[in-house]
Amino acid sequence: MLEIKHLTKIYDNTVLALDDVSFTVPQGQFLAVVGLSGSGKSTLLRCINRLIEPTSGQVILDGIDVTAAQPDELRRIRRRIGMIFQHFNLVLRSPVITNVLAGRLGYTNPMWSLINRFSKEDIAMALKQLDRVGIKDKAYVRADELSGGQQQRVGIARALMQEPSIMLADEPVASLDPVLAHSIMQYLEQLRDEGITVICSLHFLDLVQRYADRVVALKDGNLVFDGSPQEIDDERFKEIYGEEAQRIG
Amino acid sequence: MNKSSPSFLRILGRIALVVAIIIVYAFGLQVTKVDLEKPQEAKRQEQLTNILRGLAHPDLISYEIDRLTVDAPIIVPCTGTPPPIPPAEAGQPTISLSSYCAQPGEKITVTGTGFGPGEDVFIFFVPFAPTVKDEVELKLASNTVTTNSDGTFSEEVTLKSDRLSENVQKIRAVVNRRVGAPQPSEALKQTWEKIIETVFLAFIATTFGVILAVPISFLAARNLMLQVTSNFTRFMASLVIMPIGGYLGYLIVVKLAAVGAQLVGAGPPPGETALWALPLVGLAVAQAASSSNTFWKTIQRWVLAIIIAAVAVVLLSALGQLGRQTGLTLKQTLGAWSFFGNFLLIFSDAIVLGLPALGAFVGLFSLNPPMNRILEPLLPKLPRLTKRILAFVLAALAGAILFGLIAATLNWFYEFGELSQVIVWPAIIGAVLLAVLALVIDPDREIPTGMFVYYVLRTIMNTFRSIEPLVMVVAFAVWVGIGPFAGVMALGLHTIVALGKLYSEQVENISTGPIEAITATGANRLQTIIYAVIPQIVPPYIAFTLYRWDINVRMSTIIGFGGGGGIGFLLSQNINLLKYRQASVNMIAIAIVVASLDYLSAKVREKIT
Ligand SMILES: Nc1ncnc2c1ncn2[C@@H]1O[C@H](COP(=O)(O)OP(=O)(O)OP(=O)(O)O)[C@@H](O)[C@H]1O
Ligand SMILES: [Mg+2]
Repeated sequence: MLEIKHLTKIYDNTVLALDDVSFTVPQGQFLAVVGLSGSGKSTLLRCINRLIEPTSGQVILDGIDVTAAQPDELRRIRRRIGMIFQHFNLVLRSPVITNVLAGRLGYTNPMWSLINRFSKEDIAMALKQLDRVGIKDKAYVRADELSGGQQQRVGIARALMQEPSIMLADEPVASLDPVLAHSIMQYLEQLRDEGITVICSLHFLDLVQRYADRVVALKDGNLVFDGSPQEIDDERFKEIYGEEAQRIG
Repeated sequence: MNKSSPSFLRILGRIALVVAIIIVYAFGLQVTKVDLEKPQEAKRQEQLTNILRGLAHPDLISYEIDRLTVDAPIIVPCTGTPPPIPPAEAGQPTISLSSYCAQPGEKITVTGTGFGPGEDVFIFFVPFAPTVKDEVELKLASNTVTTNSDGTFSEEVTLKSDRLSENVQKIRAVVNRRVGAPQPSEALKQTWEKIIETVFLAFIATTFGVILAVPISFLAARNLMLQVTSNFTRFMASLVIMPIGGYLGYLIVVKLAAVGAQLVGAGPPPGETALWALPLVGLAVAQAASSSNTFWKTIQRWVLAIIIAAVAVVLLSALGQLGRQTGLTLKQTLGAWSFFGNFLLIFSDAIVLGLPALGAFVGLFSLNPPMNRILEPLLPKLPRLTKRILAFVLAALAGAILFGLIAATLNWFYEFGELSQVIVWPAIIGAVLLAVLALVIDPDREIPTGMFVYYVLRTIMNTFRSIEPLVMVVAFAVWVGIGPFAGVMALGLHTIVALGKLYSEQVENISTGPIEAITATGANRLQTIIYAVIPQIVPPYIAFTLYRWDINVRMSTIIGFGGGGGIGFLLSQNINLLKYRQASVNMIAIAIVVASLDYLSAKVREKIT
């Protein structure tokens, strides 16, 4: 279970990106985070694994206070939280398999990393994850030779290497065409079915309604909606996206 | 009137501007002593001709010379009795004179036969001397005489007006005949030797420069260092413990190295060595206590690791000493292969000299992690007041140590007085300053320690980068003597700072996405650098290394002008000695080397991008 309590983030003492946000996500839920551009979705997701330091508030994962964790403990917490990104964030010059293996770094002794060594089990596991996302044949190709959809699958394989209990996805399909978008979303859906909590920021409401169990909406850093996707009617929509907004899709 | 005054002012302004420009240029030409008359003076023109002709005739090949001399007797002044004229041998060159006695300063005609066609003949007057060894040759004609196609010549020469003698004196014709195949000249051989030296100078300097610039570039990259922060209390604790660790590391390694040296019979006995094992075991326990695994297992592991490290230091030291001795012997006995002995010597010296530095370096950082692992979980649990007191005490200690160290360094430069007295006040002031800081700052406040390192490194690099290697080498030549080693040091140092900056800019330019992603997997900072940063920077690093290599090759050809060895040293000598034909060879060699290495690195660059 993930508890977000009074989470606030102020950038550079001026920009209030998150304003006292609280909600709780039970294990195995598919939670969509929606909101206008600049509403604080990315900030929220990154505060959960402390890629961004929250200004105040708490993130509690299965009873462990993430926000108070010291470096070593934070490392152990992070490896339970997988993350995928809008721009995939692969190391483009490295081969696919190296990118996937990087997901194992939280479990690897840093001294082994010095000589670029992973265990046999890790390599076998990496190939298995690549197989799962359907690009095992690309394992030894440089990452920049892959298409966008393939790169996002590598991103998923990398996150799965962490054997996560939570998967954070920051607009995972915003750079992909609709067909690819659905295939990526289906992988996330599978993860949810395996009991992994998925927290995914999304721009398109049709994707939200099709995949999410629950939606939270942010507006200027405030939590303005928390409920099931079906509850978002025209009125709610206008609350979230503003009066002039038009529904597309 | 009102309308015309602005335009009048404008004209006045323009005139003032023109006058100002003229003044600036007039002054500039004056201080740079530009003088268009000087190059036209006859003397200057002659010198220019000499230089240009010399440069146009590089001294590349030489021949063995067979010196052929032909004498004819002459009496100056005439005394009546003509000298005996030796009979001409058939087929041999001979000379005859229009008159075998003459008054001083008189003109006589020298005729030669039996020479080769088109040979250059020098004509000398050889005054009487008791033995052949005492003979001197005085030039009679300013230029050589060239023989005709039938091997004859005829030249009118003017006798000297002094050198009178009753004895028979000689008129001598000399032909320098080249024999054997053309050979590389002495200048060419020297140039070859020095060119090799030059290329290796650039190579070694580049290698050392790159090796040191890489780690520095990470520490001088803003984006990486920005993330390095430390909680105030922990930072103060580090400031206290790092110098102690460094000093302990140094002491321990020096002692262990002495043991090693003694093993192979070099150096004095180390004394109470066993005592020095105690801090090692202490460190092991500290490291173990800080780990999360089962206590005793970790202790075993650490004790084992530290024993291995200690044995390694002892062995390295022993090997280093052994290598020094062997190297020295080999250097003297190997002859042509002595450079191998020299290599062994340098390598061993590097080990022997480097061990204590390595010990200090490792010590500097090895007390920090265990301390942090104790403080990290402890600090949040401490009551507010205890935390403040702890921060206060640590800050005071840190201030005393820091300011004391700075005072000690300054004292070394300026020799204020007895060290133990000089550091007292700075230490007190430092303690008070940081203690006050600890009072105003929240002990949990994150301090941007990384940015401190960043600014210190950037300042040092910018300072050294603005000093040309050609200037630096002067200082190094004073330290280690004129020669290529000084050149290596100057070029190497400049390479470190120049590449350090270029490299760190590449680190600053990398895309942050992969770093974010790798950090999110739970990788620590070292792993993030290895997996997210290094793959992105290797190609630009290689490109900049090649670029620097090109610069170093160029610089190494002239660093000798400042005392740095290599071809530049030879060139400056030849120019100073007016040996323009030799200088010409040096310049040609420089041009060839620079151009061909440029070409080579361009090829390599094509390959890798
Ligand atoms: N590093 C930063 N420094 C300062 N302000 C920032 C920073 N990152 C984000 N912000 C600000 O914080 C607010 C929330 O940004 P955030 O990226 O979380 O929004 P978002 O909902 O993810 O938007 P988008 O849909 O465009 O990705 C914005 O006003 C943004 O300008
Ligand atoms: Mg965003």
